[in-house]
Amino acid sequence: MDNAARALLNRLQLGLPLVADPWGALASELGQEPEAMRQHVADWLADGTLTRFGPLFDVARMDGAFTLAAMAVPEERFEAVHQQLLTLPEVAHNYRREHALNMWFVLACTDAEQIAPSLKHIEQITGLAVFNFPKLREFHVQLYLPV
Amino acid sequence: MPALSTAQQLHLRSLLEQGLPLTSEPYAQLAEHIHSDSHSVLAAVQQWQDEGLFRRFGLVVRHHQLGYKANAMLVLDIPDDAVTAVGTQLAEEPRVTLCYRRPRRLPDWPYNLFCMIHGRARDEVEGEIAALLARHQLHSYRHDWLFSTRAYKQRGGHFAASPTQGHGHG
Repeated sequence: MDNAARALLNRLQLGLPLVADPWGALASELGQEPEAMRQHVADWLADGTLTRFGPLFDVARMDGAFTLAAMAVPEERFEAVHQQLLTLPEVAHNYRREHALNMWFVLACTDAEQIAPSLKHIEQITGLAVFNFPKLREFHVQLYLPV
Repeated sequence: MPALSTAQQLHLRSLLEQGLPLTSEPYAQLAEHIHSDSHSVLAAVQQWQDEGLFRRFGLVVRHHQLGYKANAMLVLDIPDDAVTAVGTQLAEEPRVTLCYRRPRRLPDWPYNLFCMIHGRARDEVEGEIAALLARHQLHSYRHDWLFSTRAYKQRGGHFAASPTQGHGHG
């Protein structure tokens, strides 16, 4: 990635100017050509560097209810329990982490009343306790990963 | 300028969920689709931005592709009357990519503040955690960090709108 591309990627992580001609605004700010900048973004979307260009909707503000949950899965059962969770459409992300609580996943339900029964169901099919960590408060971050 | 009808707003939202058109005047193009004008579209987008409907408006990067291959969840036990102040401070740190207050689950889990920290490598993340704890004088609070050793793909993915942030929702 050359310096111009790097500067563009870093700048765009801070947000696109909300004006009719955002590329014109960025062009004067960065000293780059609008057409070349759009081509970079198109290339990054194509090669998977970016998964999205435009607004990222806050899912918490849209329909649906979410929680973070964790389980302490015995090492020899880890893969089997993971396979069990794979069959559940409401399990949205599943991370293995280094801790006694070694399986961390997000539960995404269409409404809040489904969270508790869904966690209960996971406890029943796995025979393991599920710890529920619902969000009490979000502290807003500026996601910025400079390249 | 004419405000958008409810139907136009819903149509615009569904278009925006697919991303912003990569054209010189993206709002004019969106306006054409919903039979409106670019001023009204931009005003609606600005309003949604102000109301917090968007987490951000720009890029969603794939951490791994940019070389950010390590991530840890830093968890702290902060007294309830201080947790808002500490959470607000940590959220301002550039390497903190998510920051949430969540309930303790005693006796198994004493922590009530959860922060995600991304870095290019494990030692860089560990260095960043040490620096954060020092900068904010948090060493005396009980804390731990949990490196992610594997992210599993899920089959469902019906909430695909936020691929890189999903582990923080809830």
